[in-house]
Amino acid sequence: MAEFLTRRRFLSTTAGMAGAAALGGLAMPARASGSLTVGFIYVGPRDDYGYNQAHAEAAAVVKAMEGVTVIEEENVAETQDVQQTMESMINFDGATLLFPTSFGYFDPHILKVAPANPDVRFEHCGGLWSEGMPTNTGSYFGYIGMGQYLNGIAAGHATKTKKIGFVAAKPIPQVLLNINSFLLGARSVDPTITCQVIFTGEWSMAVKEAEATNALADAGADVITCHVDGPKVVMETAASRDCFICGYHANQSELAPEKYLTGAEWNWATVYTDMVKKTMAGEPIDNFVRGGLAEGFIKMSPLGPAVSDAARKQFEDTNAKIMAGGYAVISGPMKDNAGNVIAKEGEAFEETDVALESMNYLVEGVIGSTS
Amino acid sequence: MSGEIGLWAVPIAMLGGAIRVSTPFLFVSLGEVITERSGRINLGLEGTLVFGAMAGYALAFMTGSAWIGVLAAAVAGSVFGLVHGLLCSLPKVNDIAIGIALMLLGTGLAFFFGKPFIQPVAPDLPSINLGWWSDLPQVQAALRVNVLFLIGAALALALAWMLRRTRVGLTLRVVGDSSDAARALGIRPARVRILATAFGGALAGIGGAYLSLFYPGSWNEGISSGQGLIAVALVIFARWSPVNCFFAALLFGAAGALGPALQSVGVTSGYYLFYAAPFVLTLVVLIASSSKSGALTGAPRELSITK
Repeated sequence: MAEFLTRRRFLSTTAGMAGAAALGGLAMPARASGSLTVGFIYVGPRDDYGYNQAHAEAAAVVKAMEGVTVIEEENVAETQDVQQTMESMINFDGATLLFPTSFGYFDPHILKVAPANPDVRFEHCGGLWSEGMPTNTGSYFGYIGMGQYLNGIAAGHATKTKKIGFVAAKPIPQVLLNINSFLLGARSVDPTITCQVIFTGEWSMAVKEAEATNALADAGADVITCHVDGPKVVMETAASRDCFICGYHANQSELAPEKYLTGAEWNWATVYTDMVKKTMAGEPIDNFVRGGLAEGFIKMSPLGPAVSDAARKQFEDTNAKIMAGGYAVISGPMKDNAGNVIAKEGEAFEETDVALESMNYLVEGVIGSTS
Repeated sequence: MSGEIGLWAVPIAMLGGAIRVSTPFLFVSLGEVITERSGRINLGLEGTLVFGAMAGYALAFMTGSAWIGVLAAAVAGSVFGLVHGLLCSLPKVNDIAIGIALMLLGTGLAFFFGKPFIQPVAPDLPSINLGWWSDLPQVQAALRVNVLFLIGAALALALAWMLRRTRVGLTLRVVGDSSDAARALGIRPARVRILATAFGGALAGIGGAYLSLFYPGSWNEGISSGQGLIAVALVIFARWSPVNCFFAALLFGAAGALGPALQSVGVTSGYYLFYAAPFVLTLVVLIASSSKSGALTGAPRELSITK
């Protein structure tokens, strides 16, 4: 509603129009050597108990680094708006390293702005960088599906109705991988468990998320997790319906400590400090950066009081296997919920497998559809 | 827990959705009925709603009492209403333009002051369990009725009675239908409209407090998905009648619950379409209830859209 009233937007249009001619030649402000301006762009508020907060907490760590200036803008829509925000961060603030963090920023927005600004580095969260894309862009992401798999193990031990629930925003690969992992984690405990998914169609839509959570509880789900930008509403609503909850993005245990089993959290500080250090030292950054529990890109919330000893044991054993590397959640023989074969006997997709990042199916046992 | 209820889940969820989701629609549209009956349109109620949600949550968190939050939201809302009413009383000021300005101001201020309150957890408003007779947890959950919903229902009846039977109601209707007639009766239209707009703002503020203090029950910047705007349209849909507003609000609440409910019983494709249900519904009902001659029956004649 108010995104066209942001300070930066106002400055970039008014000051931009007035001073475009005058600034023409010296658009890039002079920078002292050894200093770096880093821009962070968020699709929602910085303190949403979720996706944006996870990034903003890491941005705060970057801010504390010597010689680094951090500029941030929140509530930037995945539209033309983000292009203007990037342009103004580059032209007016002199940012040379940008972290536009939302999934929808990459294609077409970053891909459009990057070629015109070859001296600026664009690092995008979650996008699938591939050969042929501008070399000053890159993508990073964490194998958070493994976190949802561990959530699923805790859920599988906690569920009595043998039905667990997932409130999902949009059917994109990362969300589908999380849903599938959550169910497969639960099925590693009891193969009769099913997972009901409800898509809200929006990254952040409080009333719809609450309705979806209620619908899951009505359908008999008794452990609920989610993949929306701000999980607070889902967590509170699910706990009020007497369901157990598994967190996502950040630690939500204090919202309902008795009901909180565990949660899959981001740990972006690892990634951001590393990239900033490399940029300042003039070293190249890989265009394609990935990491999981072992690399410290993601972490699990401490297990809650409702987690049984058996659950804790299986959780910790599996965690150790994942840390050792090579663990595959999607392994054959496996079918999707429409009956198509997705993995043949003996076929396995490890967490590092890029094929997982174009996932377009829900595995057998998930009640829901991708369209 | 007797878990499986099959397709019955859909009507039950829609009933629950109607009760849970309708209250903000109800309060905002009741307030707007009073404002429009006096001859003004306040489009800024979306902003008032969001600000009310923020103010209510903040005060409830700071004082520990949800009812103080509701009161604060009402006061904040009436201030927004007063500003709208006063500005529109100046000569040649357009109420629609002021409304849009106040809508942006309200959301902007709410986001600004609301930053520190996204994280904390404020106390919730109490609810009454009217589903005690059923042993189905689904029915019990659907019939967990909030006190504000009941107050809103009573208010709809009270306002209808007030408009029809009392002197205040008569004054409002006169001012809304003809400024000249009002002046001839010794009524000052500007003052009545300012008060009516302030009242409308207060109700919109309470609607916001319901969002942040009961359902979904937390403050964040995406808390309102345009309920304030839809509610203003509901007033036209309800033909400026408070009782009709109540039913229109219920209908919209139920339609909003349709999408998630259908997915939960296994109708999984086409959910974007089901989410559009409330808006399709509006179109259908407006077309069905339209007529060539009496298209705007019940519309106050001083409204800028009917003049």
